[in-house]
Amino acid sequence: MVTVADYSRVPEVTPADYGSPLAERLETLWETKPGLIGWFGTVDHKEIGLRYLVTSFAFLILGGIEAAVMRLQLSWHDQTVLTPTQYNELFSMHGVTMIFLYAMPVLSGFSNYLWPLILGSRDMALPRLNAFSYWLYLFSGLFLYAGFIIGAGPNDGWFNYVPYASKPYNPGLNQDFYALGFILFGLSQTVGGINFMVTALRTRAPGMSINRFPMMIWGTLTASAGNLLAIPSVSLAFFMLWTDRQLGTHFYNAPEGGQPLLWQHLFWMFGHPWVYAIVLPAMSMVSDALPVFCRRPLVAQTAVALATVVTMIIGFGVWVHHMFATGLPNLSMSFFNAASLIIVVPSAISVFAWIATIRTGRFVLCTASLFFASFIFLFVIGGVSGFLTAAIPVDWQVTDTYFVVGHIHYVLIGINLFAVMGGIYFWFPKMTGHMLNERLGRWNFWLMFAGFNLGFFPMHIAGLLGMPRRIYTFPDGVGWNIVNLITTLGAYLFAIGFVVLLANVLLSRKHGAVAGPNPWDAAGLEWSVPSPPPPYNFVVIPTVSSRHPLWEDRLRETEGHSSIHEGAVLDADKETLGVSTMDAIPDVILKMPHDSVMPFVLALCITGVFVGLLLLSLVAIGTSLVLGLVAALVWLWPRAELGQRTEAVP
Amino acid sequence: MTYLTLEERPLPIGSIGTRSSGWWAMLFVIITEGAIFVFLQFSYYYIALQQPPAAAWPPSGPPAMDLSLPSTLILLASSATFWWGEHSIKCGSRLWLTLGLLASLVLGAVFVAIQGLEWSHQHFNYATHIYGSLYFTLTGFHIAHVVVGLVIIAALLAWSLLGYFNGARYAAVSTGGLYWHFVDAVWLTLFFTFYIMPRLR
Repeated sequence: MVTVADYSRVPEVTPADYGSPLAERLETLWETKPGLIGWFGTVDHKEIGLRYLVTSFAFLILGGIEAAVMRLQLSWHDQTVLTPTQYNELFSMHGVTMIFLYAMPVLSGFSNYLWPLILGSRDMALPRLNAFSYWLYLFSGLFLYAGFIIGAGPNDGWFNYVPYASKPYNPGLNQDFYALGFILFGLSQTVGGINFMVTALRTRAPGMSINRFPMMIWGTLTASAGNLLAIPSVSLAFFMLWTDRQLGTHFYNAPEGGQPLLWQHLFWMFGHPWVYAIVLPAMSMVSDALPVFCRRPLVAQTAVALATVVTMIIGFGVWVHHMFATGLPNLSMSFFNAASLIIVVPSAISVFAWIATIRTGRFVLCTASLFFASFIFLFVIGGVSGFLTAAIPVDWQVTDTYFVVGHIHYVLIGINLFAVMGGIYFWFPKMTGHMLNERLGRWNFWLMFAGFNLGFFPMHIAGLLGMPRRIYTFPDGVGWNIVNLITTLGAYLFAIGFVVLLANVLLSRKHGAVAGPNPWDAAGLEWSVPSPPPPYNFVVIPTVSSRHPLWEDRLRETEGHSSIHEGAVLDADKETLGVSTMDAIPDVILKMPHDSVMPFVLALCITGVFVGLLLLSLVAIGTSLVLGLVAALVWLWPRAELGQRTEAVP
Repeated sequence: MTYLTLEERPLPIGSIGTRSSGWWAMLFVIITEGAIFVFLQFSYYYIALQQPPAAAWPPSGPPAMDLSLPSTLILLASSATFWWGEHSIKCGSRLWLTLGLLASLVLGAVFVAIQGLEWSHQHFNYATHIYGSLYFTLTGFHIAHVVVGLVIIAALLAWSLLGYFNGARYAAVSTGGLYWHFVDAVWLTLFFTFYIMPRLR
């Protein structure tokens, strides 16, 4: 007979020792088993995070190669490197790759790797869902590129306006690959977002109350919430595009009462929150890492955290500024004009907080801090050009010109890629145990910084000179030759700088200086564990009593003291603590799942459904659905060892 | 109060009601699924409002309620039986949980059957006109959700019969229930849009 006492236990508290028998026992419990099953079945957040990072960088390189070919085509007038059709697919695929397959997943990679370490937990709240999200992401990328390789890639730009995307004007499979591939990708980001939400709310170290969240939690949490509300919009838009094309519905078909503008509304209701989703986590990475190089906490951390959330909320009310040229009523355009100007305020709060942090701290010059500081500079340029185009008259002048192309690259490369570069220099030692080479790092930084500004600033001028975006070539005598040549040269310089990073990573991965647990003398919990961290992260679960657990002796800003070196053991199978949402008081010992190949199998089955939809094959759809149902049942079947059934667990 | 040490008190182990990660995950599934229906409804009203003033909307007049009204009540009843089943297992009664789930499964299946009947009675399909596209897409999304819900209830029923749940371990029931109540609530918004709204004009 089972008694209620068998369902509960007082966690044992011991000192932390990463060489103890306890650590060995945890290692055996938590490590991924070798072999193929382990490779396909791992649920370790660090492994999944690294896979996210490597895969997104592979897509970044692909997108970069596409850009390099386009810049050759546009380097001078009347070039013939590409045909118009090839150019259309290249610039569309470049956008899709960078904005979807690189920009968000790379941040998911950092967050997946770092969150449990920052939060003082042993894994994400839903480890199998985490693996599922990665596999879906990988398969969606392969799906989209399969179309591109057979010459049926997206060809209508990343925002894909109808009616050009509709069947009469675009009869090939190009748009079907894009529509279905995107829905698959959106699914991966949705399940990833759900995992981040649950993890931030439920699996933190005791004491990490909501006011003690590290900034990176705020950034990714906000972006995930935004994604959960925004992605359905564009997934639905793509679904309706696909039914319009293949089943003959009329959503975007004006002669039958449909509305082409519906596409633009649904796309930008997603698209604008999305651009905040792909920069807010990067901004919050800087908010956490930049202060380490200023030897002081972030200035106005509470204000910056609130600004992050407010940016996302206002970000849902600015989508029409992408549609100022579509002839909407003046009243509604004025509203969105105002909202687009107001959103500058929270961004400015962050910028001034970063500047004040540098100004009032002792700035340590190194590659990582150079990337973070230049990130602020590029953010201001991209922000100002965004502020300009938020005003309707300016927008009417520069819409669909290279000015907008310059803006988007300053925003996305400046705020996303430069933060990611700094993040790599900052967290690489944690991930590998080795420092990146500093001399190569300086070359890396200055080449990329110079190349970027040389290449992309002239795009603003090309736009003001009237050069439209998305043209595959231009005639002589319109004054665009020099400015385009400079852009091409800058872009290649930028690419060379990026190659230096790859060389640095390959070189330093094994041979870099040994990092030790905390090479930067940083404040976050992730720096309290060995580098690279063991599979179980923390030998005992720490308890947190301030925002800067490792700096408490110096800051003396709280009465209590975080307990890093002593904490709950939790070694009966894979376990971690669940805590209350606001105050982080422990309320449950969570049983964590072991490796499972079911996430991989289910992701494969769902991809099979999309392949079936693409080929309009009911057999493929039906088979995939049935197999997927079986996989889902195996995955979710209640297990005694996870404490999901009546049996008592130890 | 400081959080320096763990309090010396026993903590429950494993998947316990609303403390289980699965229950929280379902909460966010519902939020994102709810967003899908918000955007579906947005699409419906956006297109409906842009129709020429002279055109009838819906083109064949407000749809009859002779099937949809009973089916709505049946779906609501299935939520109630689910709630009763979950309430019973909290008090330790596996029998009533099983009966509650069985009743929800049957009522939900009847709802799907009536919807299928209603679909077959329509004089238009999804390609006939824009109203047809909207009607079949919105109700189709909902029926797909009901079918997923029925699969979940069937699994819960099997697990209940296998004796997996008792008064302390029933997190899967709460998680599935969250989804089922959501699917039922969403139907009310669709019912309002398709059956009530045209009569208010």
